[in-house]
Amino acid sequence: MRSSLSQTSAHQPSSNAPLIDRYKRLATWLLFIFVLIACSIRTEVTPYQLVVGLPQMGSLLQEMFPPDWSYLPTIWGPMLETIQIAIMGTTIGGLLAIPVALLCAYNLTPNRWISIPMRMILNLVRTIPDLLFAAVFVAIFGIGPFAGMLALVFFSFGIIAKLTFEAIEAIDPGPLEAMTAVGANRIQLIIFGVMPQALPYFVSYFLYTFEVNVRAASVLGLVGAGGIGLLLDRALGLFRYDRASIIILLTLAIVLMIDYGSAVIRRKLL
Amino acid sequence: MITFENVSKTYPNGTAGLRNVNLTIHEGELVVIVGSSGAGKSTLLRSINRLNDISAGEIKVNGKSVTRATSSELRRIRRDIGMIFQSFNLVKRSTVLRNVLSGRVGYHSTFKTMFGLFPKEDVELSLHALERVNIREKAYIRSDQLSGGQQQRVSIARALAQEARIILADEPVASLDPLTTRQVMDDLKRINQEMNITTIINLHFIDLAREYATRIIGLRAGEVVFDGTPAEATDQVFAEIYGRPILQDELLGVGGVS
Repeated sequence: MRSSLSQTSAHQPSSNAPLIDRYKRLATWLLFIFVLIACSIRTEVTPYQLVVGLPQMGSLLQEMFPPDWSYLPTIWGPMLETIQIAIMGTTIGGLLAIPVALLCAYNLTPNRWISIPMRMILNLVRTIPDLLFAAVFVAIFGIGPFAGMLALVFFSFGIIAKLTFEAIEAIDPGPLEAMTAVGANRIQLIIFGVMPQALPYFVSYFLYTFEVNVRAASVLGLVGAGGIGLLLDRALGLFRYDRASIIILLTLAIVLMIDYGSAVIRRKLL
Repeated sequence: MITFENVSKTYPNGTAGLRNVNLTIHEGELVVIVGSSGAGKSTLLRSINRLNDISAGEIKVNGKSVTRATSSELRRIRRDIGMIFQSFNLVKRSTVLRNVLSGRVGYHSTFKTMFGLFPKEDVELSLHALERVNIREKAYIRSDQLSGGQQQRVSIARALAQEARIILADEPVASLDPLTTRQVMDDLKRINQEMNITTIINLHFIDLAREYATRIIGLRAGEVVFDGTPAEATDQVFAEIYGRPILQDELLGVGGVS
């Protein structure tokens, strides 16, 4: 029975293909599991750690509860500062992103000697995480919200420029052709042909980046770049988990509110 | 007056768009260019305002060379040439009025247009242009709320707001139904007659070409193979232009309504 089966399959080479596929799939899984185990050994990430840590987590949660409500008035100021850092950073970064997005878009800047270097700069900016930016700027400009704001300028610039130039490349080329035909110069073409089409996307990306920035600004303080993170760092350092929990709760509430607000606006825009 | 002197166009892939075209189009003419697809109709039309560059020869508009114009001279020439596209090419999110006003940008400084500071006369002119194509009441509506025929009329109004002396229409009715086709063609004809605007239209409906044109130019493989009055453009002639007998879908078939 078995031999007759293998004989028929030998006569039909095409039936070997699924078998090879199965081996490939098996090899992929084995490789994946191997990498996972190797990583787990190197970093000592094991289920054992989790089990050992669980009681610790429980006691931490216990210490966080109840939150220290009397701390609320103290953290209002830094929370506001966090939002202000996010607003300033997003706005400046977004404004800087506009000309760069225009220069990156192939349909507006056919000259690759300009658009490709611009894209490279953008990619470079986006590879650097916001906390690293913040740490660098703290070293340059000293501890305080300015360094955090500057970090968010770069961070927002990278995201908004990238998303916007991709949106610009996807716009309807018809109106651009029409504007060329009426004798518009480059700036007029952008104002009348590109802007009305790309603006809703830009505003949507701007708001999205603002959401991300409020979250990012909450932890910037960990590296000394201003905002609520500074207080969180201090609370954790002094083992005042009741204070840490009120900071986390407030941040959560603010972030949720901003996310909701911007989601509503973005839905109306697009 | 538009003149073509020995104009040729070869695309980068080697195909010839135009071969040694010599033409003179006089003021006030309504020229319809016919030919099968790929014959070079669009190439010919778009080379007049240099949306396409030509490879050899020279094109002049009212004595000024389009071929040798600097970019600022070219913008000045384009300002006086309205263009109508098959797909209307309006900014769909903008209002009708703003689309029509965009035809005025060539008259103003970049700075003024950046902030949308059009003088009152421009707004008047644009509304008047919309009136000419019977859609003034749509001025403050977003363009994507309009039907295809209405959008095409907006683009005609844009050309009128430009105070163009020449209108180029590249397959203006190809995406419209027969009834709206006739309305748009009637608008173009009326504007051509009332305002003496030189009008050049690419069409693939040969009955429309005969009905509306004062002159028909036939293109085949980039060459002018016919140039004459509608009366001279018999079915026989069209068969020669197309290199085959006329097909049913090359007739609009709603002739003689007006």
